[in-house]
Amino acid sequence: MAKRSFLIPGVDKRLLIKDAIKTMPDFTRRRFIAGGASLGALTLLTGCDVVDSSSADTLLAKVSKFNDAVQAFIFNPDALAPTFPESAITKPFPFNAYYDLDDAPDIDGKDWKLEVRGLVDNKKSWTLDELYKLPQVTQVTRHICVEGWSAIGSWTGTPLRDFLKLIGADTRAKYVWFQCADKDGYNSPLDMRSALHPQTQMTFKYANEILPRAYGFPMKIRVPTKLGFKNPKYVVSMEVTNDYKGGYWEDQGYNSFSGS
Amino acid sequence: MASLTVSDEQVRATPTKVIQPAWVRVMHWINALAMILMILSGWQIYNASPLFGFSFPREYTLGGWLGGGLLWHFAAMWLLMINGLAYLVTGFATGRFRKKLLPITPSGVLHDVRAALTFKLGHDDLTVYNYVQRLLYAGIIAVGVLIVLSGLGMWKPVQLYYLVMLFGDYPTARYVHFFCMAAICVFLVIHVLLALLVPKSLRAMIIGR
Repeated sequence: MAKRSFLIPGVDKRLLIKDAIKTMPDFTRRRFIAGGASLGALTLLTGCDVVDSSSADTLLAKVSKFNDAVQAFIFNPDALAPTFPESAITKPFPFNAYYDLDDAPDIDGKDWKLEVRGLVDNKKSWTLDELYKLPQVTQVTRHICVEGWSAIGSWTGTPLRDFLKLIGADTRAKYVWFQCADKDGYNSPLDMRSALHPQTQMTFKYANEILPRAYGFPMKIRVPTKLGFKNPKYVVSMEVTNDYKGGYWEDQGYNSFSGS
Repeated sequence: MASLTVSDEQVRATPTKVIQPAWVRVMHWINALAMILMILSGWQIYNASPLFGFSFPREYTLGGWLGGGLLWHFAAMWLLMINGLAYLVTGFATGRFRKKLLPITPSGVLHDVRAALTFKLGHDDLTVYNYVQRLLYAGIIAVGVLIVLSGLGMWKPVQLYYLVMLFGDYPTARYVHFFCMAAICVFLVIHVLLALLVPKSLRAMIIGR
């Protein structure tokens, strides 16, 4: 008997799976496609010859960890990201997230407090007014997205290293871990050396105006030596820690160091 | 005695000349694999934010989504770079580049292009590259160097800022990277077509002679 090529007569299994993937919410789809199970499941369902991907995924994850180490090794804490004149600023600066602007966190600045946790002497929470009183600097740098596009913007705020000093953070710890108010709970770890980089900033203003909702009100962490997804917006807490706690995109497979 | 002399000559004459030494063959096929992985994963990355008004068909991309494409790209880059570097060093050190690819003269290239287009370009001696081959092989090596430099610059635009400066700025490096890929794809099509038209050249790249 000829090999049956249809699960349901008249329905192409490959197209069926494609359509099924399309109906998944974006987040689930990414997990499904990213997961090692996807190709395996595809093989089972379609019977078509897709290379067993679990071993490839393990190898790729190992190489990505190796790439983290290589990037940490060549990271020069004194190398500054290029700065630009105000005339070079990209207008309009793009809004970018895994959700629409309408779904972006709408935070009331009066209620908001920055929580500080982990290996720090002073764990007091900070109100926006208290943070606004800290010395601020402005820098015009290029934001580079993991997708490849880039845009030049002007960010104003307090160097993170000054704040870490102020709260008595243990700067020998490995990471500063940020949690955000984005839906699905955005978070991202920042290696301590990048956190102490002179251009790494707790950003309160964009183009000399209070940070708008689109760009992360009330506080964004601007790291010009990292790809965009390592620049968390709508930050609600920071934790100084030696534990690698993962991150929203990092857990899905983006390289964790992702430094520039 | 006489028979001995004859067999001596036979011994010298029998082993056909090695056209492609083992190191060239090994590095060629590693490069072929690395290039294909880099191109297919690169198309995946391109699709995340297309430079032009088109995307590459999903079926011809590697990794399933942007994150997967990036993992493949930044893994295969080591294969491409280490193999490529070893190839350049060996090519210069053994004098193979000089012997095989030089000289490249405009008149020689013109003559051989004309001969190729009228199907009069011979391939009797595979150990000697004609001028079209010399130009294409030297050119593709240069493109290979350029695509790696622009890629490294985009990967580390702060730490390796001098690479980005070489191309002007980050967005320009992205375009350079894209057009080098396009050049490699065009080369690949011509290269494979010609290898199939002259199968003994393909055989030489597999078994050496």
